[in-house]
Amino acid sequence: MAGRATISLLDRYADYAGQDAIEQLRQLAQPLSGLKVVHVNSTRRGGGVAEILEKLVPLMQELGLDTTWEIIEGNEDFYTCTKSFHNALQGKAIRIPEALLRVYEETNGRNAEHLRPVLEGADFVFVHDPQPAPLLSHFSERRGKWIWRCHIDLSHPYRPVWKHLRQFVLGYDASIFSLEAFAPPMPHPVFIIPPSIDPLSEKNQPPTAEEVLRVLEKFGIDPGRPLILQVSRFDRFKDPLGVIQAYRLATQFVPSLQLVLAGGTASDDPEGEAVLREVREAAEGDPDIHVLSSGHYSDRTISALQTAADIVLQKSLREGFGLTVTEAMWKGKPVIGGNTGGIRLQVIDHRTGFLVDTPEGAAMRIRYLLYDRPRISQIGQNARELVRQSFLNTRHLREYLTLMVALAHGSADRIELG
Amino acid sequence: MVDFAVKDCTLAIVATGRRAQTLRELRDILRDVHPGCVYHHFWGTLLRPQFADREYNNDFATWCHHSLHDNRAAERLAVIDPAEYTDMESLRQELIEVIDERLDETELMLFARADQQFHFARSVIVVFDTHRRLARPAELVTALHELSVGSIFYHFIDARRRNPRGIDDFRAWLLGLGPKYRELCAVLAEVDPYFESLFALRDRLAELFAGHLGHRGRTEARTRAPGS
Repeated sequence: MAGRATISLLDRYADYAGQDAIEQLRQLAQPLSGLKVVHVNSTRRGGGVAEILEKLVPLMQELGLDTTWEIIEGNEDFYTCTKSFHNALQGKAIRIPEALLRVYEETNGRNAEHLRPVLEGADFVFVHDPQPAPLLSHFSERRGKWIWRCHIDLSHPYRPVWKHLRQFVLGYDASIFSLEAFAPPMPHPVFIIPPSIDPLSEKNQPPTAEEVLRVLEKFGIDPGRPLILQVSRFDRFKDPLGVIQAYRLATQFVPSLQLVLAGGTASDDPEGEAVLREVREAAEGDPDIHVLSSGHYSDRTISALQTAADIVLQKSLREGFGLTVTEAMWKGKPVIGGNTGGIRLQVIDHRTGFLVDTPEGAAMRIRYLLYDRPRISQIGQNARELVRQSFLNTRHLREYLTLMVALAHGSADRIELG
Repeated sequence: MVDFAVKDCTLAIVATGRRAQTLRELRDILRDVHPGCVYHHFWGTLLRPQFADREYNNDFATWCHHSLHDNRAAERLAVIDPAEYTDMESLRQELIEVIDERLDETELMLFARADQQFHFARSVIVVFDTHRRLARPAELVTALHELSVGSIFYHFIDARRRNPRGIDDFRAWLLGLGPKYRELCAVLAEVDPYFESLFALRDRLAELFAGHLGHRGRTEARTRAPGS
């Protein structure tokens, strides 16, 4: 019997998400078959959006949707402006000069002309994040539904900047946010689609035992002693000092404990440097606290550290969704997470980890888990299963398809397909 | 004999932008919020990420417990069985009554943290036909393992809102096939769908069908296999 020459991408995902989930995608996509779908963002490499689209686009194609991915291009001023947008929308008080705002709009105007043949006739256009948001205003004759996908936490925006951007997104047919808490009121339907991880990506594939040992050796971590880990930028909202405090409290009962704080600081974030200095001072003199701060660790190194850790912490005081939590859970680790934002959606107390409000709470849960080792693997298995069910990119894709069907059918609450 | 048409469904969640920080605000918004929100926070939530052993059967009760720390309100909201209400308006009224009663008896105004407000959302349900048909109940013994959790949601939970008697689709089908399935229907009626994940619910239903129809299921699956 002749076997199939190649295994389809969908089939590869079936190994993780389950055949039933893949079959569901196929059926849901049937009424959308042949429709022209275009995703637009500002970069093909690097960053969470590109990472999502790298797989989402070929998966949509395989499901029979005529899907393409377009990039808008701009000069340095354009990216300076959109970087400021990004920071301001997440709450930083930044005044953006008029000249840069003009560049932002003109760049979108030029890109609109370039992309007109592709976008004008498309059935669905997904415009990702603020960079290409003004494109819509250049398509008064558009045929399809235009959706603004905001990947940013908009719960506490710097108001003047949001007010400026808002004028460009009000006219969309719908928008998508990652969590209810991120979504501002809009005159069109606002869909909630949480982020996801890609089980096929390098960072989510299990490292070999040798790889893990090599990484531990490189950083001087003892593989024979318990290890807790937080992977995060050095940012006050991630509370790295609280993690050190929790570690110190826990070492009174587990003296062999080791802590790794791995992350970097954004190059444009002077506060990050200050936080890193404070972390280094707090860790000084303790050889069992490893502060890895160069920010240039490969995905495989982080994956090895997550795999080696007994427990992963994400003791944030404020958090968007927290994809590092999802990644750790996918590696079968219990997560002790701050009781905030998207962490609450993933860490279910006593089931997939523990939610804590203080360093003392984190220390108590570290002690508890290290005392009751079988609980670590039991909770870790639960954590991986929750991610499998709810936070893989196949679920993300299903929700995009559902949204498209919903938009194609107007404002009905219940849509029965033939 | 009428075939059982296996359907599947998915939900799109739509935020309303309306949020409550106190029990009074929750009540006030409930008065005029889209009826789809009541559906979503009772039923739709079951299709969202969750783990087995849910404490409360609806989002309102869960929020009162975890974010307001008002356990009396949580417990009273949790005993509301949505299947007892023929439409969303009467269910909405019951919610408001229970909250009013709680507001009347306490002068304490509890606030949720700013990042733990109750966000009202509604869901759009998309139902599609899998084109799979089951001719005999015993086929469910094997079929249940292969159904998506969307199908389990549609036939076992959403059905309670659709069917005139407030029962799930499996019982509605079995009852139409005569008295021989009465015992299985009684067992299915005992399954409370609100406290476990849909994956766990699927396993439980498969176990129940296997327990009652196992032998017949295997035989029928074997006889049908070549032509199916």
